[in-house]
Amino acid sequence: MAEPLVKKDDDRDDEDYSPFMGIEKGAVLQEARVFNDPQLDARRCSQVITKLLYLLNQGETFTKIEATEVFFAVTKLFQSKDTGLRRMVYLMIKELSPSADEVIIVTSSLMKDMNSKTDMYRANAIRVLCRITDGTLLTQIERYLKQAIVDKNPVVASAALVSGIHLLQTNPEIVKRWSNEVQEAVQSRAALVQFHALALLHQIRQNDRLAVSKLVTSLTRGSVRSPLAQCLLIRYTSQVIRESSVNTQTGERPFLDFLESCLRHKAEMVILEAARAITELSGVTSRELTPAITVLQLFLSSSKPVLRFAAVRTLNKVAMTHPLAVTNCNIDMESLISDQNRSIATLAITTLLKTGNESSVDRLMKQITNFMSDIADEFKIVVVEAIRSLCLKFPLKYRSLMNFLSSILREEGGFEYKKAIVDSIVILIKDIPEAKEGGLFHLCEFIEDCEFTYLSTQILHFLGNEGPKTSDPSKYIRYIYNRVILENATIRASAVSTLAKFGALIDSLKPRIFVLLRRCLYDSDDEVRDRATLYLNMLGGDGLVGETDKDVKEFLFGSLDVPLVNLETSLRNYEASEEPFDISTVPKEVKSQPHAEKKAPGKKPSGLGAPSSGPTSAGDAFEKLLSAIPEFSGFGKLFKSSAPVELTEAETEYAVNVVKHIYDGHVVFQYNCTNTIPEQLLENVTVFVDASEAEEFSEVASKPLKTLPYDSPGQSFVAFEKPEGVPAVGKFSNLLKFIVKEVDPSMGEADEEGVEDEYQLEDFEVVSADYMLKVGVSNFKHAWDNMGADCERVDEYGLGVRESLAEAVSAVINILGMQACEGTDVVPSNARSHTSLLSGVFIGNVKVLARISFGIDGPKQVAMKLAVRSEDQAVSDAIHEIVASG
Amino acid sequence: MEACPSIKNILLLDSEGKRVAVKYYTDDWPTLAAKLANEKSVFTKTMKTNARSEEIAMLDNYIVVYKFVQDLHFFVTAGDDENELIIATVLQGFVDAVGLLLRNEVDKRMALENLDLILLCLDEIVDGGIILETDASVIAGKVASHGLEGAGSLSEQTISQALATAREHLARSLLK
Repeated sequence: MAEPLVKKDDDRDDEDYSPFMGIEKGAVLQEARVFNDPQLDARRCSQVITKLLYLLNQGETFTKIEATEVFFAVTKLFQSKDTGLRRMVYLMIKELSPSADEVIIVTSSLMKDMNSKTDMYRANAIRVLCRITDGTLLTQIERYLKQAIVDKNPVVASAALVSGIHLLQTNPEIVKRWSNEVQEAVQSRAALVQFHALALLHQIRQNDRLAVSKLVTSLTRGSVRSPLAQCLLIRYTSQVIRESSVNTQTGERPFLDFLESCLRHKAEMVILEAARAITELSGVTSRELTPAITVLQLFLSSSKPVLRFAAVRTLNKVAMTHPLAVTNCNIDMESLISDQNRSIATLAITTLLKTGNESSVDRLMKQITNFMSDIADEFKIVVVEAIRSLCLKFPLKYRSLMNFLSSILREEGGFEYKKAIVDSIVILIKDIPEAKEGGLFHLCEFIEDCEFTYLSTQILHFLGNEGPKTSDPSKYIRYIYNRVILENATIRASAVSTLAKFGALIDSLKPRIFVLLRRCLYDSDDEVRDRATLYLNMLGGDGLVGETDKDVKEFLFGSLDVPLVNLETSLRNYEASEEPFDISTVPKEVKSQPHAEKKAPGKKPSGLGAPSSGPTSAGDAFEKLLSAIPEFSGFGKLFKSSAPVELTEAETEYAVNVVKHIYDGHVVFQYNCTNTIPEQLLENVTVFVDASEAEEFSEVASKPLKTLPYDSPGQSFVAFEKPEGVPAVGKFSNLLKFIVKEVDPSMGEADEEGVEDEYQLEDFEVVSADYMLKVGVSNFKHAWDNMGADCERVDEYGLGVRESLAEAVSAVINILGMQACEGTDVVPSNARSHTSLLSGVFIGNVKVLARISFGIDGPKQVAMKLAVRSEDQAVSDAIHEIVASG
Repeated sequence: MEACPSIKNILLLDSEGKRVAVKYYTDDWPTLAAKLANEKSVFTKTMKTNARSEEIAMLDNYIVVYKFVQDLHFFVTAGDDENELIIATVLQGFVDAVGLLLRNEVDKRMALENLDLILLCLDEIVDGGIILETDASVIAGKVASHGLEGAGSLSEQTISQALATAREHLARSLLK
């Protein structure tokens, strides 16, 4: 035998040497003729089969005719007594997956082998036959298979059992008849036979809960030897636990002692399986978790990467629901940050970021910085996202986290990674006011050397909105103007707009901005020139009288009040003529769907993509829409618009939803109607509202919808007066009234005559939460202390029996309609008490903060203590009133 | 997780990521192109590591355990909810069995010269995704015993003798 080292040197001479070099399908198929020789050369036949298998393995395919020819030739080889060749024949038949009529040819040969004295023949013939057979043949060989399952040779038994598992998918009724034999095989002394038998037995019985439970009960008493079978048993046991825990509400969890005993098993795979099963128990308590966490902690310092990976991956999952349970492992986890295996290191970091406390943030950041330089972008994005949520959790730590983000922003990275960082910085700027100046500065630095046009323009836009509101806006101008000098046309145009925004908001900067904008008039790109001209005109930089201040700001900062889709359609339809395009001709009717999306509750503006004014932008659109209607223009400022409430079932003739607009002394209901019948045109659509169950409201105006053609949404409005500043509630029932006209869809013309008709809509309510704006605060404690206890009111309430603590907490938050701060709307499972911190703005623009402590006892009785602070004692009382009456 | 542990694929690639022998057990990669793309991705994402012992990575929501021996890269892939140690056991069984069958001269050239042994070895480890055997000496024994003429069973010879016979026999045949 040659020395491996010497051999390696020899290889250098013919590095590309391969016994299959220059191999060709056609030639090998020719060679396969040796299978037909009367005097078979077993060695040569084996060699040809290997070549055929090599071709198939490299992805070569045989045509139907070629495959059939090879198959028939191969069947001849059953004549040979050579076991090596026979083994290759088995492999070849499996690879060719012959058709039903071809299978018949080999059936008798394989059945002969199934009864051979040679164990290897029996085992392999079973596997081949079961692979290629269909149901009819199966009944013929069933008897042999049942024998094989209890064969004393483990290889034969395993072959039959594994084949049974595969056949169960196609012929369940036959395989189910073998359950006695399979049960016997479960008791086998051979490890793998036991494993295969247990898997098959469970699959046969999986729909019979009682049988599975019995199986688990008998086996957990300890007759399983194979680690693989033990892993299966653990899986089945957790299934039984899951299904039974519903029934036994009290007392000990069944089989938990078995899972715990598996934590002391000698095979590591069993320990891992058991630990994972325990962590995944529904509603697991920290006491139940402790032993599992302890073994996983030991795995963390194992020398085997697979073991460390498995442990840290499990702990990472646990950290999502039980961060406290994992904190014991933090020291071991920190040493994994420098792990050679980057998957392990990333998991360790994200786990630490979930479990870390405020004091460990700085240390963590230091360690991560070293680590970031040598991992792939996909891992980096995961880390950036974890850091973003950490920062929102500990707003006081924004400084070190922001520094970290800015330092990684300066390093190399792809677009997705950079975008994730920029998005994170933007979110932090929005949520943490203190972080604004620093964050904007980092973004400015970034665009000085940014290779992604998309990110540059987004940052410039954001800078234009936020920069002028800072203490020293002039310092940003340099960065912005550098873009005009150095970048491509898209970015230059964007920079011009940003400059204009600074000019519009800050009078002292205006003259300097004008100088810069005038330079842009000579830009090589027409869009840049056009923008510069437009803004100079608007801001009065040409010495002419500019537009009024309000109009300018409206133009620069206002959101586009027509839907882009409508604008696009109108522009397409516009034909060049004397008459200029007038944006006011673009229909403002919004399809109800986009509104629903925009106003989705709790949806936070995510990064740059979202409009800078965030959640209120849809409100702005509403306000414009409403103030354009003369009847409602005297109602004052719009306080809040609700999310749309559906008043019809999906897929009815007419789809209607309502948006509740709240004013100080009025409410306006906006009914968004869609006609889904092509053959109808609706006219004079009104909603008749019965407010008999809303005593404090009285109808003052109604604005019908003139026409409602097919599939083109329209709005009808009804306005009510209510006592000024009072959060009046009530229930409203609605009836849609209209005139129907028949339409011939092919002609598109409606009949002259119409018929009056009506359509019953569902009721809806105006509730207290409609008078509350969800407005979060970044540092609740700070805000709470600042508010002071002058107008505080504290009371205790019993909530009766609730489903769970989490359900009670979310019910109360929903009734109040306030924003939960610092993630306190999430209740850790199994917690017995919980404190939620809420903030909001109540009608009359009164800031409200609430601290609610919940507690739950054995029979699920929930009690809570509600402390409200606001700027107005009446409002604090009103909040208590909401709870007391809700 | 109630299901039986299942293997998605076993790959044996060379130091350039080309196939030596592969076996797929599921339709997660339905076409040849998808399979080759998977092999390329797995290979490039792991090639920088130094996997002289079993290593592990999470790639595209699959768990891949791998080990490199000389110019051969061994991979075993399973779903992301699988017990990592079970997959690692399969990999270990495969690598060690190949080591036994090639008499510790594990490299690409030897693997190709004894491709029939490698293919039989894969066939003895996993059947249709279900783990058949993980003990390297048993796997190698089952593969090697086929090289013996006649009905002589393994118990009559030592495994090493059987292996020697098998190797000489097959290597010669392929070299012509």
